[in-house]
Amino acid sequence: MNSPWARRRFLNRKRGSFGGTPEVRRLRRRPAGGKFSALSLLRRGISGEDWPRVWRRHELAESYDVVIVGGGLHGLATAHYLAQNHGITNVGVLEKSYIGSGASGRNTAIVRSNYLTPEGVAFYDRSVRLFENLSADLNFNIMFEQRGHLTLAHSDASLRTMRWRAEVNKVHGIDSEVIGPDEIRKLVPFMDVSLDARYPILGALWHPPGGIARHDAVVWAYARAADAAGVHIHMNTEVTGIDVERGKVTGVRTSAGRISTPIVVNCTAGWSSIISDMAGVKMPIHTRPLQAAVTEPVKSFLDPVVVSGSLHVYISQTARGELVFGAATDPYASYSTRGSLEFIEGLAGHVLALMPALSKMRILRQWAGLCDMTPDFSPIIGPTHVDGFYVDVGWGTYGFKAGPVAGEQIAEVVATGTIPELIAPFQLDRFEKGALTGEKGAAAVGH
Amino acid sequence: MLVIECPWCGPRNSSEFSFSGTKKPRPTGPPTPAQWRRYLYEQDNLAGLTRERWFHVDGCRRFLDIERHNVTNQINQIEIVGGR
Repeated sequence: MNSPWARRRFLNRKRGSFGGTPEVRRLRRRPAGGKFSALSLLRRGISGEDWPRVWRRHELAESYDVVIVGGGLHGLATAHYLAQNHGITNVGVLEKSYIGSGASGRNTAIVRSNYLTPEGVAFYDRSVRLFENLSADLNFNIMFEQRGHLTLAHSDASLRTMRWRAEVNKVHGIDSEVIGPDEIRKLVPFMDVSLDARYPILGALWHPPGGIARHDAVVWAYARAADAAGVHIHMNTEVTGIDVERGKVTGVRTSAGRISTPIVVNCTAGWSSIISDMAGVKMPIHTRPLQAAVTEPVKSFLDPVVVSGSLHVYISQTARGELVFGAATDPYASYSTRGSLEFIEGLAGHVLALMPALSKMRILRQWAGLCDMTPDFSPIIGPTHVDGFYVDVGWGTYGFKAGPVAGEQIAEVVATGTIPELIAPFQLDRFEKGALTGEKGAAAVGH
Repeated sequence: MLVIECPWCGPRNSSEFSFSGTKKPRPTGPPTPAQWRRYLYEQDNLAGLTRERWFHVDGCRRFLDIERHNVTNQINQIEIVGGR
């Protein structure tokens, strides 16, 4: 109970597994399959009874109060917070494939808040705080591990950026500091920190609250909580059009029929500009694939998340032992999710420059996810000029770590019609006004 | 690797080229700041056939107009801007 973290965890357990106001808690049905606990595990272990599905199937309703396009982390988090914080439960989530099949299941699952701009730092800090309590809040183990996040600097210029970031972070109360090669060696003993290395490591930005989570589990946890609150999740339901009459949203056309609704929230990551086009909203977005890869699982040896902006690589080891590698976005716009050999070749070279000991590791698989890139590496989250059409897009290379806070904030925008201070810098009209954010602390930005 | 058949240099790896985005019309006449920013930041981001501008930076250093399907990456047409 000495550290603030322990105290927060204790209070969280005491509060019970589900948050929300008393009325919402009363209204909420038990999640399908009941509450997860050691007792329920024991009971099913003895009886051999199957675990029921954690979210249900529903017929497409003729109308919803809110329709969310995209059944990934952002869409499901939005549905959950609409129900939990605002009591709006007549909500349909439309997903063209299975939930979490897009960027939510393709990212490298890193969570951190050591950004460069004050707007970014405040926003992602809120997300880290939500992540810390998410397993208990949603009664679902999302396997969030705060192992620390290490961003390496290979040049004076990038060391200067690290110092800048550390100072911005400290001003906002984020645990973040610049450390030298000796301290890096203690954190990651087998990393080549010698000056003879191909890309010598001069220092690093060390961010202890950063870490990784199990990305599928976060999606499933929000799906289960939203389903328990009465939200309808429709998989294999593709949106084919959005009806707008006199500047107001009236409905959504889908592959399974039309739904009438006054509110549509676009949470579709790489495909977001296609959905926005349906409502007649033009977006400053272009879609690029970002490739990632994992190795075969090995015994746990790498604790922190290691990132090198100059080498365009980030490395972490999952709980089951696989090393996860991510990189920069592909050099040209595309909607293709095929991996490429030149990516693996370049990635392997950079990883081995940092950690020569990994030369015998084998790549298990590689994949690509689609990133909707904005000109200033910041999201677009809020209302548009079409009444009832909201966007939570432009998540580029940083959507996973922002899932909880984005869901919470856009739910507030939809429910109250006001724009919270946290997302005021991320409005669509900033491009026309020339008030861009310029987040150079984002992943995939060369330093 | 995506291979681009440069009309000047022949088939080359896409890593020799730099991608400068889909083609869009410049505003005509003196634009307002808002119009200019829309031109700078907005673009069509369709999934399908797109007209793009590429630059053969490590080759003939000519600008190319390329028609490419951005889901399959198939290239249908390549022209040197302003002809050979």
